[in-house]
Amino acid sequence: MEKSASKQPPPTTTAEKYRNNFLREVEDNVEEGEWVKMCIQCGVCSGSCPLGSAWEHPPQELFMMIRAGQREQVLRSDSMWMCTSCYNCIVRCPRQLPITHIMHGLANYAHRLGIAPAQNPTRRFAKIFWDNIAHSGRVNELLLSIKLYFMNGFGEGIRMAYHMAGMGFAMFKTGRLDPFGLFMHKGIDNAKELQTMLTKAREIEDRRRGLGLGVAVKAD
Amino acid sequence: MADVIASNETILVVGAGISGLTAALEAAECGKQVILLEKNPAIGGRVSQLYRYFPKLCKPACGLEINVRRLKANPRVRLITMAEVTAIDGQAGDYTVSVHIRPRFVNENCTACGACAEVVNQEIEDTFNYNMGTVKAAYLPHNAAYPQRYLLDPSLIGSPEAQAAKAVCKYDAIDLEMQDEQLQIKAGAIIWATGWKPYDAAKIQAYGYDRFENVITSVEFERMMDKYGPTGGRLLRPSDGKEARNIAFIQCAGSRDQNHLPHCSRICCMASLKQSTYLSEQYGQDSDARASIYYIDIRVIDRFEDFYRKVQADEKVHFIKSKVASVVEDSSNGDVILHGVNTEGYHRYANHHDLCVLAIGMQPSVPASKINGGIRGDSSGFIELDINNGAIFGAGCASNALDVNRAAQSATAAALYAIQTVNRVARAEQTMIGE
Ligand SMILES: Cc1cc2nc3c(=O)[nH]c(=O)nc-3n(C[C@H](O)[C@H](O)[C@H](O)COP(=O)(O)OP(=O)(O)OC[C@H]3O[C@@H](n4cnc5c(N)ncnc54)[C@H](O)[C@@H]3O)c2cc1C
Ligand code: SF4
Ligand code: SF4
Repeated sequence: MEKSASKQPPPTTTAEKYRNNFLREVEDNVEEGEWVKMCIQCGVCSGSCPLGSAWEHPPQELFMMIRAGQREQVLRSDSMWMCTSCYNCIVRCPRQLPITHIMHGLANYAHRLGIAPAQNPTRRFAKIFWDNIAHSGRVNELLLSIKLYFMNGFGEGIRMAYHMAGMGFAMFKTGRLDPFGLFMHKGIDNAKELQTMLTKAREIEDRRRGLGLGVAVKAD
Repeated sequence: MADVIASNETILVVGAGISGLTAALEAAECGKQVILLEKNPAIGGRVSQLYRYFPKLCKPACGLEINVRRLKANPRVRLITMAEVTAIDGQAGDYTVSVHIRPRFVNENCTACGACAEVVNQEIEDTFNYNMGTVKAAYLPHNAAYPQRYLLDPSLIGSPEAQAAKAVCKYDAIDLEMQDEQLQIKAGAIIWATGWKPYDAAKIQAYGYDRFENVITSVEFERMMDKYGPTGGRLLRPSDGKEARNIAFIQCAGSRDQNHLPHCSRICCMASLKQSTYLSEQYGQDSDARASIYYIDIRVIDRFEDFYRKVQADEKVHFIKSKVASVVEDSSNGDVILHGVNTEGYHRYANHHDLCVLAIGMQPSVPASKINGGIRGDSSGFIELDINNGAIFGAGCASNALDVNRAAQSATAAALYAIQTVNRVARAEQTMIGE
């Protein structure tokens, strides 16, 4: 497939290109995906993950599943969304795979394809965070907290807000949280320009990956 | 030492482990003059520190004994112990090698009666037993040491105990005036056989070798089995001297790891399989003792596969396909707890063991980059056969991670290369005389 800007492939070609070759698809489209083939299945990453028992498929298993072509099972899984970026696996991997980055790369790819598990809390938080910061160029802590706490409904939101009140107050005292953020939030100067840059960056990335028009990409 | 006679038809062998010995003897038995240098006070290298040899499980002493007999019988080999190369000048067919010899303070008169050790109380680290204990500062390196000659540690010199040792020796063997010596040796070819050293286990941070007493290395485990070793031949764990009956072996400890040694050390799978048989030897066939081998994959080469099958059939030996993620200590009793995931089925485990043995990786004791200002080696520092290395040939574990059998093969090959070089020198000189 041509990766030129002018000629976007018709929707079916991308799927066709990677038919039965999910590893190739990952190598081409997932951040650091070209490392997946280097894994020797030693298991040290899975054993080192502090949240490992909460994962349905720990990293080493995900890598094997990618090679085995289990596209749907991998991309629809919520496993890679469990990664907290503790880097335990990276420092121990005997093949020096950038495992943490691959986990985020997989999550991001699944999200962009629109097949990531919709209710996954990490995905939802990431989305809220991104929208928040991309809007003004500076995080609006108050809005972010509120959106996060009320993500799972009103009652839960109140409970969480109450629970975290101490922390909120401490952040306020140290100037980390603006109590008037709901009404006026001071973003960066020229936030519009930042958005233009982000849009352009997205465009370039899509083009490089042959994404964009090739497959159904949904942002949320 | 001034009586060392060498010419550019002499072959210099550096390191008198099984490889250096083999190379030296093969060359000498082909009629060549050989000088054999050994850094330690006794020859035999790491093999002399093994309890048993795989695959036949015989004692290493017999293999070494044959070589010592060949050595004694051959006047063409000149052995110099406590000697190290400090510089190499010249090129293939015409090297001048500078050698530094440390003083032994004991001369050829020594009968190894041990009277000197009896009057000395000062102790030093027991390097033969990987510092698991101490020895008197007047000592024989180990029971089967060749030469069978005591030595005094330099730290003793100048003390009243040194004088006492000298006084008690009936054979006038102790010479407290011995000095460091420098030698220049001519040689046509050099066989570099300085062997290997265990990787520094403390660097494998997650396994806690430097933090937990009951995490030891495979080389230390080997010493425990020796009747004359630090535990008197019993598998007693360091923390409390309790018998170790539930032993974990962690494979690839340092090997096959870009953060440590990139290469497969090749012998450690076989070493752990061998060591798992020590349990039956120690506790009997019907005991409750068991070994658990944690591995990425078991790499036993060609005919060793039979050995592997035999161990697999032993129900006291368990195989867990997993690179252990971390080791922690149960502070209440000193047990070690291994954490990881069994990749056959992705089962998470936290297994308790009495003792954890790290199947430690091999690295060259002198990397190629440190020889003669740097000769060609691979990414791990093992010497490669390369025309740019002139007539410096790697042998045994200086050239690769090898078991004894393959080390001896490699040494024989190195001897052949060296012989070819000095033969060329001899022919050239003959032609010159003829002209
Ligand atoms: C735990 C363990 C168990 C093993 N068990 C077995 C087994 O059962 N069977 C088997 O076949 N193999 C076994 N091996 C492998 C075996 O130890 C090696 O194959 C063997 O030691 C190789 O001999 P070598 O002469 O090449 O090196 P070495 O044994 O290391 O000898 C090198 C010699 O060179 C000397 N030297 C070092 N530096 C210098 C210097 N700068 N100048 C002069 N001299 C120097 C050293 O003092 C030493 O005498 C085992 C290895 C390990 C780690
Ligand atoms: S630690 Fe590295 S080599 Fe081992 S299973 Fe994980 S990714 Fe693969
Ligand atoms: S021989 Fe076995 S334990 Fe040693 S490095 Fe190779 S695979 Fe690992």
